[in-house]
Amino acid sequence: MTRVDIVILIVKCIVLALAATGVFAYFTLFERRLLARMQNRVGPNRAGPAGFLQPIADALKLFFKEDVTPLLADRRVYLISPAFAIVPALIIWATIPLGMWPDGRGGNWLQLAEVNVGILYLLAVTSIGVYGIAIAGWASNNKYSMLGGVRASAQVISYELALGLAVLGAVMQAQSFSTAEIVERQTLMWNVVPQFLGFVVFIIAATAEVVRAPFDLVEAEQELVGGYNTEYSSMKFALFFMSEYVKLVAMNAIAVTLFLGGWQFPGLQTLAAAATQQYGFVIGNAVLGLASLGAFLLKVMLLSFVSVWVRATLPRVRYDQLMDLGWKVLLPLSLANVVVTAVLNVFLPDSPVVTAIAGLVIGTGILLATAAIGRPGKEKRRVTLVQG
Amino acid sequence: MELILFFITAAIAVAGAVAMLLSPNAIHSALFLLLNFVAISVLYLLLRAPFLFAVQLIVYAGAIIVLFIFVVMLLGAEHAEDERERIAWQRPLGLTLAAMLLGLMGYIVLRGDQMAPVTALNEQFASPERIAAALFTTYLLPFEITAFLLLAAVVGVVVLHLSGAKRT
Repeated sequence: MTRVDIVILIVKCIVLALAATGVFAYFTLFERRLLARMQNRVGPNRAGPAGFLQPIADALKLFFKEDVTPLLADRRVYLISPAFAIVPALIIWATIPLGMWPDGRGGNWLQLAEVNVGILYLLAVTSIGVYGIAIAGWASNNKYSMLGGVRASAQVISYELALGLAVLGAVMQAQSFSTAEIVERQTLMWNVVPQFLGFVVFIIAATAEVVRAPFDLVEAEQELVGGYNTEYSSMKFALFFMSEYVKLVAMNAIAVTLFLGGWQFPGLQTLAAAATQQYGFVIGNAVLGLASLGAFLLKVMLLSFVSVWVRATLPRVRYDQLMDLGWKVLLPLSLANVVVTAVLNVFLPDSPVVTAIAGLVIGTGILLATAAIGRPGKEKRRVTLVQG
Repeated sequence: MELILFFITAAIAVAGAVAMLLSPNAIHSALFLLLNFVAISVLYLLLRAPFLFAVQLIVYAGAIIVLFIFVVMLLGAEHAEDERERIAWQRPLGLTLAAMLLGLMGYIVLRGDQMAPVTALNEQFASPERIAAALFTTYLLPFEITAFLLLAAVVGVVVLHLSGAKRT
C-alpha cells in the first residue's frame, strides 16, 4: 500500500461520510414533505424554493440551541452515547456497493471496502447500533429515558435473529458472503423473486431493527415523554436524530443490495459496452459508474418512499404485539425461508428459473397462509371491565 | 505497520479488561468489556480471519453485552455488589489459580520451540467454508452437544415462565 493509496482511501471515507450525512439532511425534508402530502398538509415550503433550504435552517437552529447536561446524569456515558449512536450508522456504509465504476486495477471506486464477509460486517455493525440508544437512556438518569433504552435493547435483540436469517436466504442464493458477489449474481434475476419471503421478512425486521414507525416504541411520546433522547438537547439530540435516519437509509440500501439487484438494471451492460466502443475505456467506465450509481440511488429512494408511506399509514404497535410478531411470526417465517432455499438449491442446482419460480410460489403461499391464520379479528377477545 | 497495529489493539484490549475489573459501576464494566471484545475482534482481523472478526462482533459485542446491559438496567443493579457477601476463601484461591496460569503461559512462551510457526496465514485460513466444514465433520459431536445444551436452556426458561404463570 503506497502513500497515494492511503490518501485516496481517506478521501473516499470522508466523501462517503459526508454523503451519508447529506442524504440524512435531505431525507428529513423528503419525509416531512411526503408526510404532509399524505396528511393533506403542505409541509415546510418557506426556506428556499419548495423548502429546499429547510435542512440547513434546522441544522443551524440545532447548533445554536443551549446544550444542557442533567445534573444527576452519568456524565461520561452521557457524553459518549451520541458517538455510540452515530459511528455505526456511518461505518455501515463501508461494504455496501453503491455502484460499479472499475478503477482499472480490479477494484471499484464506488465501494469503499470489499471483504469476503461483507454481509456479516453489515449485521455486526447493525447489532452494535443499539448501544447508543440503550446507554443514552441509562445515562440520562431519567425513568422515561431508561424505559426507552430497555425497550430498545429488548427489541433489537429480538429482531436481530429474524433479520440475520432473512439475510442468510440471500447469502445461500448467491453462495457467498461478499456484497459485491451477491450483486454480481443478480445480473439475470433479482433475488426478490426466489427470495420473496426473505425480502418481506427482511423489510419488516429491518424497520424494527432501526426502531422506526410502526415499531418506534423506544420513543413513544404518549408513554415515555420523548423516549431515550428526552434529556438530550442541541447537537447531541441532532446526532441521535441523524443516526436514526442514516441507519434507516442504510437499511434500505442493504435491502436493495441483497434483494433488488443492487446497482444492476436491465441494459446496463449494453449501455456501458456501447459507450466504451464509442469513446474508449475511461468514458465507458464513467458511464457505467454513473448509471449504476443512479440506478442504486433510485432504488434506495423508492424503498425510502415506502418507509415514509408505512410511517404515515400504520399506527404504532403495542409492546406485546411487537414481541409476538418478532418471535412467533418473523422468526419461524425466516427459518422456513432458509429451509425452502436450501432444499430448492440442493435439489435443483442447475435450473435457476425453476428454482426461482418455485421459491416465489412457496414463499407467497407461506405468507398468505400466515396472513390468513394470524388475521386480526378472527379471534374474538372479550374484555370484562369488572369481574363479577 | 501490522506490528504497530497489533500493539495498539492489544494495549486497548488489556486496558479494557483491567478497567472492566476495576470499575465499580456495572454499566461501566459492561462498556469496558465491550471495548475489550471489539479490540479482540480487531486482532482477528489482523490474523486475516474476517469471518471470526464478524462473528465475534455479532455474538459478543452485539448480543451478549446488550443482554448484560439490558439485565442491569432492568434490575437497576449498577451498584449491587456488596463487600461483605464475598466468600472468604474465594480471593486467595483465585489469585493462586491466576498465578499458576500466568506461570504456565510464561513457561510455554519462553520455551518457544513448541510454538507452531506462523506461516499459512492466507485469505483462506479461516474462511467461512473451512470453519463450516470443520464444524460439520471433525467437530460434529461437540457442535451438536452444544446445540442440545442451548436448547435445554431455552426449554428451561419456558418451563420456569409457564410454572410462574400458573401460580398467579
